[in-house]
Amino acid sequence: MNLLNFSRRNALALALLAGLPAVHSLAATDTPTRGGTLVLGSTQALRHVNGAVQSGIATAVPSTQIFASPLRFDDKWNAQPYLAEKWSLAADGKSLTLNLRKGAVFHDGKPITSEDVAFSIMAIKANHPFTTMMGPVEKVETPDPYTAIIRMSAPHPAIVLAMSPALCPILPKHIYGDGTDLKVHPRNSTDVVGSGPFRLTEFKAGQRLVLERFDKFFLAGKPYLDKIIVNINPDSNSLLLGLERGEIQMIPYATNSTELKRVAANPALNLTNKGFDGIGAINWLAFNTAKKPLNDVNVRKAIAMTIDKKFISKALHGGFSQPADGPIVAGSPFAIPDLITYPLDLKKAAEMLDAAGYKAGADGERFKLTIDYLPGQDEQQKNVAEYIRAQLKKVGVMVDVRASADFPAWAKRMATHDFDLSMDVVFNWGDPIIGVHRTYLSTNIRPIVWTNTQSYNNPKVDELLNTAGGLLDPTKRKAYYATFQKIVTDELPIHFINNTPYHTASSKKVMNVPTTVWGPASPYDEVYLK
Amino acid sequence: MLKLVASRLVQGLALVLAVVVLNFVLVHAAPGDPVETIAGASGGMDEKLQAELRAQYGLDRPLPVQLGIYLGKVARGDLGYSYFFNLPVSSLIGERVPATLALVLTSVLAAFLTGTTLGVLSSRRPNGALSQTINVLSLVGFSAPVFWLGMLLVILLASVFPVFPVSGMRNIASDGRGVADVIDVLYHLVLPAFTLGLVYLAQYSRLSRAAMLDVLGADYIRTARAKGLSERRVFYKHALRNAVLPVVTILGLQFGNVLAGAIVVETVFNWPGLGRLAYESVLRRDYPTILGVLLFSSVVVIVMNQLTDLCYRLIDPRIKTT
Repeated sequence: MNLLNFSRRNALALALLAGLPAVHSLAATDTPTRGGTLVLGSTQALRHVNGAVQSGIATAVPSTQIFASPLRFDDKWNAQPYLAEKWSLAADGKSLTLNLRKGAVFHDGKPITSEDVAFSIMAIKANHPFTTMMGPVEKVETPDPYTAIIRMSAPHPAIVLAMSPALCPILPKHIYGDGTDLKVHPRNSTDVVGSGPFRLTEFKAGQRLVLERFDKFFLAGKPYLDKIIVNINPDSNSLLLGLERGEIQMIPYATNSTELKRVAANPALNLTNKGFDGIGAINWLAFNTAKKPLNDVNVRKAIAMTIDKKFISKALHGGFSQPADGPIVAGSPFAIPDLITYPLDLKKAAEMLDAAGYKAGADGERFKLTIDYLPGQDEQQKNVAEYIRAQLKKVGVMVDVRASADFPAWAKRMATHDFDLSMDVVFNWGDPIIGVHRTYLSTNIRPIVWTNTQSYNNPKVDELLNTAGGLLDPTKRKAYYATFQKIVTDELPIHFINNTPYHTASSKKVMNVPTTVWGPASPYDEVYLK
Repeated sequence: MLKLVASRLVQGLALVLAVVVLNFVLVHAAPGDPVETIAGASGGMDEKLQAELRAQYGLDRPLPVQLGIYLGKVARGDLGYSYFFNLPVSSLIGERVPATLALVLTSVLAAFLTGTTLGVLSSRRPNGALSQTINVLSLVGFSAPVFWLGMLLVILLASVFPVFPVSGMRNIASDGRGVADVIDVLYHLVLPAFTLGLVYLAQYSRLSRAAMLDVLGADYIRTARAKGLSERRVFYKHALRNAVLPVVTILGLQFGNVLAGAIVVETVFNWPGLGRLAYESVLRRDYPTILGVLLFSSVVVIVMNQLTDLCYRLIDPRIKTT
């Protein structure tokens, strides 16, 4: 089955746009077999494997193997039992009761109890980089060893998604509750005691990880694999060579179109773009709305009209990416289809700039701008910035592309709001409360990368987001987000370009490649080798 | 002799101190800080947590204070903890040293032996075909950028003709034990060592050729020949011993360069050595790790230079302690 088949991809996109759940398509037909080693190629070095204090996909991939979470999610955003057999969100939305599975044990053989769940959730609240995720959590009650009740100060609809493997690893209290600051706990990478399907047996910083099957995993008969090796190599091309030679069996989060084409053309390899709705990565053009002339919404709209997203997706990304039009990724249940868009129209863009008072001078020049881009992802970032420069020149806006030597250099510019335009990629992280609100709330205009560094300020938007963040009824909640999406695409603090074309490339021998909403950042207990 | 050792030791320590201070200032001059990198790897981070991390790492204190604390720790032999990995820098370095040593020593030794041999061979008939071929090859090796050569070799010998592995130091699935592992590592070592060694091979062959030609014109060679010694004895015993001195000088002096070259080669071949650790730590603004690796390398270079001095005396007894 070729997921890159164009008509099929269009159909999928249409289904997503229509708000319909995506069709699960990688179901296995054979009976799973036990054993074997899965070698995973990764370009990112991870700090450690403790997902309770470290977010990001580099840590999430091994962390979700080593630690189990209360719930897991399927490919349609439905919660499924995992460590918790049953769960119920109270009618007032202020408490979530988890009924834990009996007989589940940590990698050291000690039982997993509600005490551990309570400890882990409070540890996440205190240390996890995404503070809004567990923000309203006040305490976790443990009436008995198999019941944990999360009490919250306000209704918090995101709490169920926050029980995901990537966001809520359950740590053993008897190991990590020793009083050491969890952010720098020595056992985040050595002598790790987890609760998930695989145990960490080797951690070589920046080189490789070895995970081995945990024989007493609470789901009987699983996992199928004996071993997972994470091989870290910053050069994605070398990883692909390894995949082609059969040394590596799976590369998640691949985006480079040249490499994706090579995978798609190889009969021994599979390629899927499913499994990335949860992280919801959007490639976008950020405007510094605090600076002239970008403080004028019509100037921002004119700039948007010079950009042909279809060209970017087709020509710059080899057809692997899809244009994005709004702040919520198309695969999310809160995304709406009828957003305000800005089709390519250079003539109208010029007219709007004239009307805004930026007439072209004798040399055809209106004004100068700079554009930054996040380094290290040229195809998604640098090349789009170069394209925007060329397009804006056509309407008399002179853009200077500013390269940053590395991530910290770029992050510094963003944090200090020292930019006019910048290409950027920001993740939704499942619930808008975690990954969307932060960019638009006027209360989050901060000297920190990936906050509201655009200095966008609209009290109506603040109100909409704050209300939606506390609504339990998904339909009502979606209505608020719909209005929010309309306003943001009309006022344009950010011009959305495309969904980051994440793909998982794998050998045809790998079955049950994870394609749930969290995809490769979810447990591989059902993955097996044919 | 004791006085010499003592003065050398003081010189060395002063040099190390200068290296540490200079590196400290340089590293902190780069834009951005480690906490921003960690926030980047996390997909964003709250202000309060960033402040907590900065306080934890002591980044909230004035730079001179940070330098003072660092120097104090180094004096006690403590290289601190990596901000990024939260592991002791000494253990990160310890994990990487064998890989870099294997790469650097193999390539330098191979370059020295082959380079000198080729240089000496070509000096026997300075205008012969062999000499010309070696000349051309040396020139190519000398002028080709290391990273370009490395990539070219990967494309040719790992991709088009998959004779050698693409990258890494071991087979990915290897458990790193036994004789099979040694063979595996040696097999992975071929391309990176060749790449790193070629530049130096070229230099050594040019240098030894020139030195041989120079020495062969000296009076004592004529004397040796006049004494009736065999040409072979004149060549390899009398001439070579003197001709090899400048090569050893360069070898010692260049050790620092070789370490620098290793950064590039390790990056191209994903060789898990110190160079790659240093390079990646710069990208992460992992100050303690960068400083630790640089400190370690400078100590190695200083020690190597002292050893070179010692070698001089062995090769040429006329060089006395000065």
